Amino acid sequence: MGWAIALHGGAGDIPVTLPPDRRIPREECLRHCLKIGVDAIEAGRSALDVVELVVRELENNPNFNAGRGSVLTSEGTVEMEASIMDGNTMRCGAVSGLTTVVNPISFARLVMEKTPHIYLGFDGAEQFARGLGVETMDPSHFITRENIERLENAKAANRVQIDYTQPIQKDPVKEVPRGDGPSGDSQIGTVGCVAVDMDGNLATATSTGGLVNKMVGRIGDTPIIGAGTYANHLCAVSATGKGESIIRGTVARDVAALMEFKGLSLLEAAAHVVKDRVPEGTVGLVAVSAKGEVTMPFNTTGMFRACATEDGYSEVAIWPLN
Amino acid sequence: MGGWAIAVHGGAGIDPDLPLSRQEEAKCLLSRCLQIGIDALRSSKPALDVVELVVRELETDPLFNSGRGAALTEKGVVEMEASIMDGSNRRCGAVSGLTTVKNPVSLARLVMEKSPHSYLAFSGAEEFARQQGVELADNEYFITEENRGMLALAKEANKILFDYRIPAPEPETCGASTEKPLQVMNGLPISIYTPETVGCVVVDGQGRCAAATSTGGLMNKMSGRIGDSPLIGSGTYACNLCGVSCTGEGEAIIRATLARDVAALMEYKGLGLKESVDLVIRERLDDGGLAGLIAVSRDGEVACGFNTNGLFRGIAKEDGTMEVSIWGQGLN
Repeated sequence: MGWAIALHGGAGDIPVTLPPDRRIPREECLRHCLKIGVDAIEAGRSALDVVELVVRELENNPNFNAGRGSVLTSEGTVEMEASIMDGNTMRCGAVSGLTTVVNPISFARLVMEKTPHIYLGFDGAEQFARGLGVETMDPSHFITRENIERLENAKAANRVQIDYTQPIQKDPVKEVPRGDGPSGDSQIGTVGCVAVDMDGNLATATSTGGLVNKMVGRIGDTPIIGAGTYANHLCAVSATGKGESIIRGTVARDVAALMEFKGLSLLEAAAHVVKDRVPEGTVGLVAVSAKGEVTMPFNTTGMFRACATEDGYSEVAIWPLN
Repeated sequence: MGGWAIAVHGGAGIDPDLPLSRQEEAKCLLSRCLQIGIDALRSSKPALDVVELVVRELETDPLFNSGRGAALTEKGVVEMEASIMDGSNRRCGAVSGLTTVKNPVSLARLVMEKSPHSYLAFSGAEEFARQQGVELADNEYFITEENRGMLALAKEANKILFDYRIPAPEPETCGASTEKPLQVMNGLPISIYTPETVGCVVVDGQGRCAAATSTGGLMNKMSGRIGDSPLIGSGTYACNLCGVSCTGEGEAIIRATLARDVAALMEYKGLGLKESVDLVIRERLDDGGLAGLIAVSRDGEVACGFNTNGLFRGIAKEDGTMEVSIWGQGLN
């Protein structure tokens, strides 16, 4: 028993040669966000508040693909999405297609708490956000120079691969990573946080800008309850990687379902999902259980991640340990 | 291998006072769609083709809440959504926020097969539809006189209530009565709520499962509201074991990941199809959530489950079983 927290900043083909100027700021951000989360838990905040707080911080940091720093669509715009779920009540909220909302995760929580719905998208979601007085910024706030370069590179390097107007033979390769950007780091990032608080309440939150060079209107796994995000009375899960694989594998729900229906432990369930439910090289996740266990498996080269538990364990890492 | 099987639905939760003529129309439509599916299965079409074909027919007919005849948003327009999943390889496609696409389920299939993504929504989805050359229609095509009337009633009854479970206050009962004054579903009187979402599940002669679901969503919904129908694992799911399509109170279905849970119980707990269906309806819908679903297994079984007063449904199997019904308990 005891509290636990884990967070991620995306899984993918992160080269071990990632230059220090790219690596260190991200590690610092992970450490900083972990501390914010741990402090909040120790101050007695609920798991739901903690995951929202941590993901807001990750959204505000331009180094990760969510909120400010979101990657760009094929039109050069941002379309952000997020979801949040409270394990005790199973209440949840989700948003897609946001272009001006500074913190999509907080807006997802408002959809959960202030509407009869779970999921709002695009213009209707933006209008509702303005009606609620949620903080918004001009779309240019979210766009970084680095992401403009990434989009240009993606367009130049992979025009054929992503040209959906071409007839595609057989089983088309879905959501192929668009190749390395100018910095040589991952293009498929998302941020997320899971927590179990001192009272054993579980919660999860995930937020993303989606894929570089995605089609306008594309929805990934992040806002889909059961795919990118899921929590119940047993565990809380936030996934990251190739959206298509995560949706097909109903990754977040399946971690919980394996515990619930097959009696697996958190570590067994999460390992099984990452190994057997999704293709190699596509998915990572962070998860905590009601008992205060934590796990952060991935089948990609790396995953930006951090965790801490009440017994004093703490970890900030990118690639496999040892 | 138990041969092919098919099930169709036209929504769960039915006005008990629904006119008999309307009930007959619904049964005729379900029979006709079932027959289209049966004919396709007899001519060895794969499950994926069959569910698309049947749902297209349900979308094209204005009776149920999908395609033509879709429910209206608070702004009086349609915003349709749909999804489709092929159980043999777990590929899937989904669409939301469509305003001009005649057959949303077919666009969902194109997203699966012709785009690098699995879910497209709103203007981006409309743009993709135009590029793919699918049949489009003016928003007016989808709007029926009847639904205009229903929207007016919904606005009058005001309200998608914040808490679905609390019926509108009745001044004269002063909280002492245990009687529900009004049957409410999705925050609306049930007479306004119907008609609902459509769906089809199929297992073909080779044991391949598929599922498809299509809807206009809630009458008087906020623009931008996404329900369970396009969400893989919630409204729609298929794998090598089964195919499932759900309908009812979308938010309860999403929290329950209802469609995936039928399959997960079979996969992880070793339950049979009917056991899984009954269990999810009994135990996975929290807070009194109302829903129904249809499912087929790779062994050619078919099952329906619902905790509403009825589910517009039809089933058929290769052995000659064929049944169309509205009220009562779920079929085997």
